[in-house]
Amino acid sequence: MNFSDVLKQSNQLCKISPDGKYVATCVQYRLMVRDIINLQIVHLYSCLDQVMHIEWSSDSMFILCAMYKRGLVQVWSLEQPDWHCKIDEGSIGLVSSRWSPDGRHILNTTEFHLRITVWSLCTKSVSYIKYPKACQKGMDFTSDGRYMALAERRECKDYISVFVCDDWHLLRHFESETQDLAGLEWSPNGCVLAVWDSCLEYKILLYSLDGRLLSSYSAYEWSLGIKSVTWSPSSQFLVIGSYDEKVRILNHITWKKIKEFDHPGTINNCKKSVYKEVEQTTVVGGDNLSIHQLTAGNSLFSPKSKYEITPLPAQLPVIKPDLDRANPKIGISAMAFSSDNRYLATKNDNMPQSLWLWDMQKLCLLTVLEHTAPIRCFIWDPSRPRLALCTGNTKVYIWSAAGCLSVNLRVEGIFQVQSLLWHPSGSSIVLLSKEQFCICYMDSED
Amino acid sequence: MPKGRTQFFPEMSPSRLYTPSMMSPQSSQNVSGNFCTADNISECILYINQELSSLGFPPIFRNSEGIRDLDAVVALNNIYDLLRLHRQAVKMIEELEVEQLKSSSDLHYQHLTNSRLKDQLELSKKENIRLHERERQLETTMKTLQNCLKDAKEEVQRLQGVIASRATQYNHDIKRREREYSKVKERLNQLLIARKDKQGMEVLNYVGRPDGKRSLWKTGKTEARHEGEMYKTLLNEFDNRQRELMMENIELKKVLQQMKREMMAVLNSKKILKNEEKQSNNVDQANSDDEENSLKEHPEMSCDHAREKLTNSIRQQWRKLKYHVEKLDSQASIAQDGDSDETITKQVHEEEIEKLRGEIQQCKEFIQTQQQLLQQQLNTPCDEETAAVLNDCYMLEEKERLKEEWTVFEEQRKNFEMERRNFTEAAIRLGHERKSFEDDRAMWLKHQFLNTSFADHVKPQSRMTDELTRQSHHEEKHLPISAKVSKSHL
Repeated sequence: MNFSDVLKQSNQLCKISPDGKYVATCVQYRLMVRDIINLQIVHLYSCLDQVMHIEWSSDSMFILCAMYKRGLVQVWSLEQPDWHCKIDEGSIGLVSSRWSPDGRHILNTTEFHLRITVWSLCTKSVSYIKYPKACQKGMDFTSDGRYMALAERRECKDYISVFVCDDWHLLRHFESETQDLAGLEWSPNGCVLAVWDSCLEYKILLYSLDGRLLSSYSAYEWSLGIKSVTWSPSSQFLVIGSYDEKVRILNHITWKKIKEFDHPGTINNCKKSVYKEVEQTTVVGGDNLSIHQLTAGNSLFSPKSKYEITPLPAQLPVIKPDLDRANPKIGISAMAFSSDNRYLATKNDNMPQSLWLWDMQKLCLLTVLEHTAPIRCFIWDPSRPRLALCTGNTKVYIWSAAGCLSVNLRVEGIFQVQSLLWHPSGSSIVLLSKEQFCICYMDSED
Repeated sequence: MPKGRTQFFPEMSPSRLYTPSMMSPQSSQNVSGNFCTADNISECILYINQELSSLGFPPIFRNSEGIRDLDAVVALNNIYDLLRLHRQAVKMIEELEVEQLKSSSDLHYQHLTNSRLKDQLELSKKENIRLHERERQLETTMKTLQNCLKDAKEEVQRLQGVIASRATQYNHDIKRREREYSKVKERLNQLLIARKDKQGMEVLNYVGRPDGKRSLWKTGKTEARHEGEMYKTLLNEFDNRQRELMMENIELKKVLQQMKREMMAVLNSKKILKNEEKQSNNVDQANSDDEENSLKEHPEMSCDHAREKLTNSIRQQWRKLKYHVEKLDSQASIAQDGDSDETITKQVHEEEIEKLRGEIQQCKEFIQTQQQLLQQQLNTPCDEETAAVLNDCYMLEEKERLKEEWTVFEEQRKNFEMERRNFTEAAIRLGHERKSFEDDRAMWLKHQFLNTSFADHVKPQSRMTDELTRQSHHEEKHLPISAKVSKSHL
């Protein structure tokens, strides 16, 4: 594995273009577009204020820079560097801004979620959508970009609107049977919309594209309910993670639970493997110290670590959450499927140092990875079943079915990985620390 | 007459009353002459007569003319009868005594059983009381637990009621606040829209659509088109799914059919001897043939009936197979107890495994020691001489062998040399001989021609001889060349 130079970025703003050729980063108010291979600056743009959010358009031709404090959005073109576009929301404020899937419309959500404005880069038309709901995930586009589902709330009732992204025509508008809608997500095949309630009630509803209620599922009452929801890439499974530390899998034919995954603190089953990260302290001092080692600060002061197989039964470190406070740190908060549908990675919030990997073919636990620090971010490689994760230290961890390894970053200075992004082809990973970023190029054999 | 523990029958009770003065109180065993003396013979005789007559015997004497004559015959008869009576009495007494003993022992036994049963009764009564007590205690605990459960349920319901009422209260509150909030939002919206300051988009030029087409006007047709497209998407998805499910279904049905066939084959091969089952198998075969035929024709359209038939027949076959396997299992376990050739007992198996493990361990240790020795060899630091000597001593044998082989090779080489030399000499000699032979031949031919016709064949002869001599020279030349060549090869 090779590491590139460490470069500056601010606000964790670093995005790879959808075609994989460029990486855009922001330093304060400057937007830099670099070539992914040699990290040379291809374009440099200056925005009017500190940029809070950047996003590539789907055809990699435009980049959107949102400055929420000033309520401004600036759009830059890669083809024509002198083309400029500025959207000013005025005093109505700006809370979030994003592209539409066709890459020619920008959806701005105003402050207090008063309305969503759809600005078009092709025509002079502007559309307004009233009463959007302020919730965890109130807006979702289908993966083919044709339809958009939006959660709305009028007169204390939840509604769902389905728009056709072509011309923003309202296709369907129906009432949702939720008490307080927390999120909605299209299935990858774009035919089913999963809608779930807030954590006060465990309820998930499945609506068809034309607005019919297909099914509803509720595992239990009274306790805190759904924490996270994800679809499998083939739309076969709907996976629900809840506050009771369990993951429930619904199948797409009957919408009934086919399996429940539990996350206990002790693993007894002998067929599973538990990999524990073990730190090896390097010997500092004595005759081994050399100038070379002193300059390579990263590897000297941060101990190397490797994964070791823990003998079963294994005990995982559990942090008991304070149940008196709101949003307790318990339950399955993050889940991700590998792109080939075979593996599911889950993280239980009261075992934040462990990552659970499940085999979806056999519907059973495959392995558990235990680390020395809470996991900050884990993402699957978009092209193959390989997972990269980081825990906020100077290492990046890679897991694949062949094995797992922990890689110490060989870069200048101390680089603590806070988050990471995969390149669409799976050939490199962009690692972000608080103020910097670097790229890790994977070997082709890995 | 034996004396028993029990009552003692007096022998002559009526006679005691009769002659108390005469009878002295003595044991009836004494039959000595205490009864009759010389004086009272007649009284005795009278008395005896009376007794005998009372007993039903004829008198022993005849009372005639005052002569008291004893009739011996009658007396003896009477004595005999008396003895007989006596014996009978004794026998009866014995029997009675035996019976008495029996009944007394029976009575004793009954007493014992009685007392034992009384004890048992006591114990069981106590046990009964104890169990009653326990039952009572358990009932009370059950009652208390039921009460607790009821209380807990009531508590749960109460709490649920509390939660429900709180939830409604919160809902009401939230709705109220939401309404307020939406009012505030509306107001804010109005104010901000009214202000209309600065909001807008500045763009250098409008960009074309990604697909290059122009955007269309929104008309009723577009709406219909959108609806149509949406339904098309849904229908496509349904179609795909249905196709996939159908394919899966067909695959699974094929697998089931195959399984059924194989199961039947397995079962048939085992049951060839059993006739009754054959018939049932024939029936099954017929059924399955029907099914197969019907299913082959319409694999996509199998109706419920065919499906049910298939699943039923599979269940049946599976049951038979299971039963058969179970039978085999039990047979195998029985066979294991005895010695069978094919199956080895578990113990033997384990012993073998232990042996193999031991062997593996030994081999491992051996390999380890070898490795250690090898390491030692490579690692031991020694000065060059000893190292050289050590190295040499390993090579010694090799060197010796090589030396021997070298000598052999040398010998062979020498031999070859000699032979080559011989060959070359022979070749040279051969050349010489050939030359001389040719010379001779030439001479002879010369003479021949000279002798036969001198004038005719002068020129051609000379030419011929010249040729011949030239030929022989050539041959001479060739020979040395070949000799040289052969020499150079050495």
